[in-house]
Amino acid sequence: MGILEVKDVGKRFGGLQALGDVNLSVKENTVHAIIGPNGAGKSTLLNCLVGKLIPDTGSVMFDGQSVLGRTPHEINQMGISRVFQTPEIFGDLTVMENMMIPCFAKRDGAFRMRAVEDMMREKDIVEKAEAMLEDMNMADKHHMNAASMSRGDKRRLEIGMCLAQEPRLLLLDEPTAGMARADTNNTIDLLKQISDERDITIAIIEHDMHVVFSLAQRITVLAQGTPLVEDDPENIKGHPKVREAYLGETAA
Amino acid sequence: MLGLTKKDLQLMLIVTGLTMLAPFILNPFPESSGMAQFNAGYPDLMQRFVIFGIFAIGFNLLFGLTGYLSFGHAAFLGVGSYGAIWMMKLVSLNVIPAIFMGVIVAGIFSVAVGYICLRRSGIYFSILTLAIAQMSYALAYSVLTPITGGETGLQIKSTDRPLLSNLAEGETGRANLFGMDMRQSFELSIGDWLFTFNVGYYIAAVVMLIAFYVSIRIFRSPFGLMLRAIKSNQTRMSYTGLNPRPHTLAAFVISGMYAGLAGGLLVAMDTQVGPERMFWTASGEVVLMTILGGVGTLIGPVLGAGVIKYMENILSKINKDVLHEWFAFMPDGLEDFIVFLVYPFIGKGWHLTLGILFMLVVIFLPGGLVEGGQRIGKWIKNRRKAKDTGASTEPAE
Repeated sequence: MGILEVKDVGKRFGGLQALGDVNLSVKENTVHAIIGPNGAGKSTLLNCLVGKLIPDTGSVMFDGQSVLGRTPHEINQMGISRVFQTPEIFGDLTVMENMMIPCFAKRDGAFRMRAVEDMMREKDIVEKAEAMLEDMNMADKHHMNAASMSRGDKRRLEIGMCLAQEPRLLLLDEPTAGMARADTNNTIDLLKQISDERDITIAIIEHDMHVVFSLAQRITVLAQGTPLVEDDPENIKGHPKVREAYLGETAA
Repeated sequence: MLGLTKKDLQLMLIVTGLTMLAPFILNPFPESSGMAQFNAGYPDLMQRFVIFGIFAIGFNLLFGLTGYLSFGHAAFLGVGSYGAIWMMKLVSLNVIPAIFMGVIVAGIFSVAVGYICLRRSGIYFSILTLAIAQMSYALAYSVLTPITGGETGLQIKSTDRPLLSNLAEGETGRANLFGMDMRQSFELSIGDWLFTFNVGYYIAAVVMLIAFYVSIRIFRSPFGLMLRAIKSNQTRMSYTGLNPRPHTLAAFVISGMYAGLAGGLLVAMDTQVGPERMFWTASGEVVLMTILGGVGTLIGPVLGAGVIKYMENILSKINKDVLHEWFAFMPDGLEDFIVFLVYPFIGKGWHLTLGILFMLVVIFLPGGLVEGGQRIGKWIKNRRKAKDTGASTEPAE
């Protein structure tokens, strides 16, 4: 049994069958990549996992509990954090404040009214946020406005914010999309380090094969809403079905 | 001290100083001088400064922190006023229970309104709040006349016999604080200056200082951080395991209670309410105050409230005769021409001046008057710095 079990999940948008009978099992403490050509349903699948979409059929179990019918914040509190394709951070706030918010969410839950305390005097939160910024090599950006940072820094901040919640499963949606080569390599190193050092499962959607093959221990290939193959990276590379899906029949 | 940082404490002390010394500060011109009409240090207006300051502080807690623009906040002010006046008519003429009642009634009403309106955000939220406020106005104006007094509103009458009072037969009750009449004033005249210290004003001012202090604490609290997070990015908020709904509802209710507090205080000062207090222009006014002063700043809303109430009361009193007096030194034709030019902006035309001021602020100072102050502060600092470095290089020459 994996930590995340997707069974027969289907999702239809009007006449378009975006997902049809998707089965997926992500094992604990591995890096699992989901790849596929454009329109394969990767993002739809991800949205079904985090509560943004509700699948028409099938089940999604996380650690033995169903996530279906729960709101995004409830699913997050179960231990699933998500990194977006374009970094979603609190642009108007400082880097430090950005990092403190997930620390509060971890400690106080989805809603707790703490309107009288001074947030900078919450020692445990401040220390945790500072340590996490240190881990992300961002300690010097403490008071910077989050929106004014580079794309790579925003991405690192977002990953750090997700980690501050100590999730058991980290979902990444094309984390290196639109990044320069150097930034991409930095992100790969960061993710490798996270997966080695922490007790965490990573599921990643990615276009860039360089990223996929440097990180993934297991790969699922989606095409037209259904999984083609699920296998180890070395078997995926030369798989005829995968080549067909990506390059078209004649090229294969 | 007081759980505030040094900077916040400074601000708190400045505001305390200004409100306590307001009778002096607002009366800078001698009584017999022509400028005396610009004096704002009379009780009625000073009370309005601080009460609408409270209203704007509360509005800013919602709009400044969460970014939800309520266009129906006057409804809470009105509901608070009605609650307070009934408390005075029925239970006690002491202002404290009346003000409490205003806060509680407005709080309960805002829970219901917030529950409905916060299902939508952005423009839809604004329209929903506006709709509810206009419905409340219509109800108060006509359908609920037995409770609200309809068009004429409610006053304390000589027939009212509050439970906890010992009024003589036929005596009209007066709002008081443990026997101190709200309208009681102490006048101090120094030379040609006359300063009025009014009981009602000082009570309202103390309440405003408490309200201001609470707002600083909320701004600096984890809850305040969450509210700013909602304004910044609701998607990230949800995907960080935080539920935006109860946060916004709590902010909405706190803000509604501030409005109720302001409504209760208004009643405590002049012991009357009318439905026009809930009209949409009153809701728009608090939006203007907050934006004019500086959205999301601590002191901005108070400044904005002050400026607008000053213009409403002082500018509107200037008439044609006063203008002719001012420009009497000019040749006749020119005098008439200047008066003709200035006239649209004064008296009933004060809205025109307000509109121009508002446009200028929004275009050139998006951060409101507070940003203007900060820019001036920076400019002075830079000049001083330039002077210092200039002075230090001099000997070398």
